[in-house]
Amino acid sequence: MKMPETDEGVIAKRSSLVGRFRKFLSEESVINDHDELKVYETDGLTAYHQLPMIVVLPDTTAQVAKILKICTSEGVKVVPRGAGTGLSGGALPLADGVTVGLAKFNRILDIDYGNRTATVQTGVTNLAITQAVEAKGFYYAPDPSSQIACTIGGNVAENSGGVHCLKYGVTTNNILGLEMVLIDGEIIRLGGKHMESAGYDLLGLIAGSEGLLGVITEVTVRILPRPASARALLVGFSTVEAGGKCVVEIISAGVIPSGMEMMDKAAIHAAEDYSDAGYPLDVEALLIVELDGPKAEVDHLLQRVEEIATSCGAVNIRASKNEGERLKFWAGRKAAFPAIGRISPDYYCMDGTIPRGRLTEVLARVTDLSDKYNLRVANVFHAGDGNLHPLILYDANKPDELERAEKFGADILKLCVEVGGVLTGEHGVGVEKRDLMGTMFNEQDLNQQQRVKCAFDTEGLLNPGKVFPTLHRCAELGRMHIHHGRVPFPELPRF
Amino acid sequence: MESLLRPTDDTQVREAVAWAASENKPMAVLGAGSKTALGRPANLDTTMDLCKLTGVLDYEPSELVLTARPGTSLAEIDACLREQNQELAFEPPDLAPLLGTAPNIATLGGTIACNLSGPRRVRVGAARDHFLGMRAINGRAEAFKAGGKVVKNVTGYDLCKLIAGSYGTLALLTEVTVKVLPRAEKTRTVLLFGLEENSAISTLSDVMASVHEPTALAHLPANIAARSSVDLVSNAGCAATAVRVEGPTPSTIFRCEKLRGDFSKLGEVEELHGQRSATFWKEVANVTPFVTRRELTVWRIAVAPIEAAIVTAAIGSKCNAEWYYDWAGGLIWLATPQSDVTSNNLVRDSVASAGGQATLIRAEANVRTVTSVFEPLPAALYKLSARVKQSFDPKGIFNPGRLYAGM
Ligand SMILES: Cc1cc2nc3c(=O)[nH]c(=O)nc-3n(C[C@H](O)[C@H](O)[C@H](O)COP(=O)(O)OP(=O)(O)OC[C@H]3O[C@@H](n4cnc5c(N)ncnc54)[C@H](O)[C@@H]3O)c2cc1C
Repeated sequence: MKMPETDEGVIAKRSSLVGRFRKFLSEESVINDHDELKVYETDGLTAYHQLPMIVVLPDTTAQVAKILKICTSEGVKVVPRGAGTGLSGGALPLADGVTVGLAKFNRILDIDYGNRTATVQTGVTNLAITQAVEAKGFYYAPDPSSQIACTIGGNVAENSGGVHCLKYGVTTNNILGLEMVLIDGEIIRLGGKHMESAGYDLLGLIAGSEGLLGVITEVTVRILPRPASARALLVGFSTVEAGGKCVVEIISAGVIPSGMEMMDKAAIHAAEDYSDAGYPLDVEALLIVELDGPKAEVDHLLQRVEEIATSCGAVNIRASKNEGERLKFWAGRKAAFPAIGRISPDYYCMDGTIPRGRLTEVLARVTDLSDKYNLRVANVFHAGDGNLHPLILYDANKPDELERAEKFGADILKLCVEVGGVLTGEHGVGVEKRDLMGTMFNEQDLNQQQRVKCAFDTEGLLNPGKVFPTLHRCAELGRMHIHHGRVPFPELPRF
Repeated sequence: MESLLRPTDDTQVREAVAWAASENKPMAVLGAGSKTALGRPANLDTTMDLCKLTGVLDYEPSELVLTARPGTSLAEIDACLREQNQELAFEPPDLAPLLGTAPNIATLGGTIACNLSGPRRVRVGAARDHFLGMRAINGRAEAFKAGGKVVKNVTGYDLCKLIAGSYGTLALLTEVTVKVLPRAEKTRTVLLFGLEENSAISTLSDVMASVHEPTALAHLPANIAARSSVDLVSNAGCAATAVRVEGPTPSTIFRCEKLRGDFSKLGEVEELHGQRSATFWKEVANVTPFVTRRELTVWRIAVAPIEAAIVTAAIGSKCNAEWYYDWAGGLIWLATPQSDVTSNNLVRDSVASAGGQATLIRAEANVRTVTSVFEPLPAALYKLSARVKQSFDPKGIFNPGRLYAGM
């Protein structure tokens, strides 16, 4: 993976930068010791690592503004970092860059039950928001499996999803406002507790911008009352095809479950061995369908889903009878990643989205690819929204296995695009899928995105090397090419 | 020289933009023109009319996704979705009558460009939350795409969010992909009569915090309720608080009963079914109470819901305004008899001090020239927004000044 060229001139400024940061940050909040820097060398995509030049750990917005001002004036690159659980290398450091760690922004600032909002600092974990409001019967809906660790700022930067986003939406649908610092140190606030703001929807743009547009310091989220009840169905199928058909049929019948997850045989076995969730082991595909809402609704829909599942040839159907059982059904799915980690030294998690109707076909081709690359694969997916997570099993200690795994992964993502889907449903592009962007977007598409980046960061100092396969200078992107010194369209078009 | 450009395909759109860019011809961009009177008046002599770019291109009900060209009317899209028992869940309002044009002509592109959402916004999000992907032409006459045709996607910047609510100032849409959802099997609206505004707002807040999953919550003070064409509402002779529940039949009936039970402690209760419920919420969405009072200046105010009655009381104590509430108080439709600087400032200041935002939806063109239509932006945000505009439209040819003067 080619990263932006290291600027030796910047490296030379290292100790002077450390001195300047220490003027307003405590000794331990400015890290430049090799061993301590090592903690930050990678994120959840562990195949890539790089020691940062310096790590700073500010705890106020004013400090972030000062840091960014200094970095701008010295031409130093900046990498924002939350908890470092990202799976696409978004927080991968740069050798000549300052990593701005936001873990100290851990305070909950305001909980407003009347308006159903919570305002928290960027480093508060996703789960901590729910924990802060659950005594009053509320929760924060997006629930990435990493929720005990990942930060709300990271969630916004990645526009993270979770198993319940089919009904409740992803991060962008659940945030109302934020505070962030632009690269030149300017502090801006977007949105608030109200539901609509005038002007361009910069809040919507920031969600999923992967730390390339600004450093988020505070987020206001919408909190929801816990549904009155929830029940889950475990449905086993003897073919993947039948499972895929069932997913399509449920949606076609007008039922939007709060979650609809699918696992293939390899994933079912790994998860069951790890967590004793009670999954049937003699099936090829397993669906977990969760319905939530008033009991009258849940029972009614559960029955409809059962009928649909039966008509699709389900060989095994179990409905949760109580809360303990429902949670047990989920325990296996939620632990799918560590479970795979136990059966393979390393795994590589993919994240493409496809139209639901193409599921069977895509899985068959993933199996072919697995043969071709001679690597095992286990599939878990957010079936309800077509978001696949094939987990490629490999061993980094074996020569060329990582390389094979990466090629295999790239082929899967290309396949997703080919059938009308996209490269990433929730984990982001980062460095991982950067060089695949061309399979989905042409040069003009990417240029328009990069021009937006230029509106925020003319010098390209914020998290460069992520998302975009080619770095262009803003001046070059800003040129108008339609002139050529003449007027190419003298005629007024008539139609 | 006035010129009207009415392209019929993407290539023609691109040619027209190339012409406008090379000739420095700023142009007014429109779909069916139903919202031309919304925003700062432009007075441009070139018009780019996209109403000929029509047709549903792709619709796969089981994928919950529909792709259409921007000039397709909402009516046509609605008919198409209805056949499959689906809908645009954000309940796009038809503001055309309020703005003085014929109803039912609004296009999909125009609705997305203005990010207009109806009562169900409190539950399912705004138009922008349902806008998944697009093809468009930027001010450099370059075709580009963003987003995708699947419901979950984080590949690249979410440029769709910028286009939603940009009022045609960034790029010309040539293809729009939206998320669609199943229509509810059953709908019930519970009415509670006679609440005074503060208690109405706190009641609606309680309902939002309840497990009843309401999909619309409004409060109409007595003077507004009297104008409803739904007799149960207009004949009551007092304020009406309304909560809608939707979903599978047993669930809807159950929640409706629960709400009736809760509400009966607070006042007299009624219920709207089927057509009457639909009519009621259309009136709320389309601002029907103010449509025929053409002399009134109309504001759309977004505030933190529990501030709603405080904001209106502040305005009402100083001028002869009237209003009603949607989105459990989060949206206030407010009308004032005057549209002078003093009353406009009064509205803006009262809203701003509660942390909300006000948009001048209906006013004479000369008023919309001197008073900002949209909430003024703090300096840093204005500068940033102007750079974003530039990044799409460097020569400022798409609806210049429609959102903010000089942008
Ligand atoms: C076991 C496991 C399970 C996971 N499950 C899910 C899942 O179900 N759904 C899902 O969507 N994701 C999942 N993830 C991915 C990851 O947890 C999310 O992307 C998460 O939002 C990252 O948050 P973070 O705080 O760790 O961010 P980091 O990894 O630190 O950073 C992620 C990106 O955000 C940027 N960033 C972070 N903080 C800020 C800030 N304050 N301002 C600006 N930019 C910032 C970084 O520069 C980087 O580009 C999972 C990861 C793991 C390891």
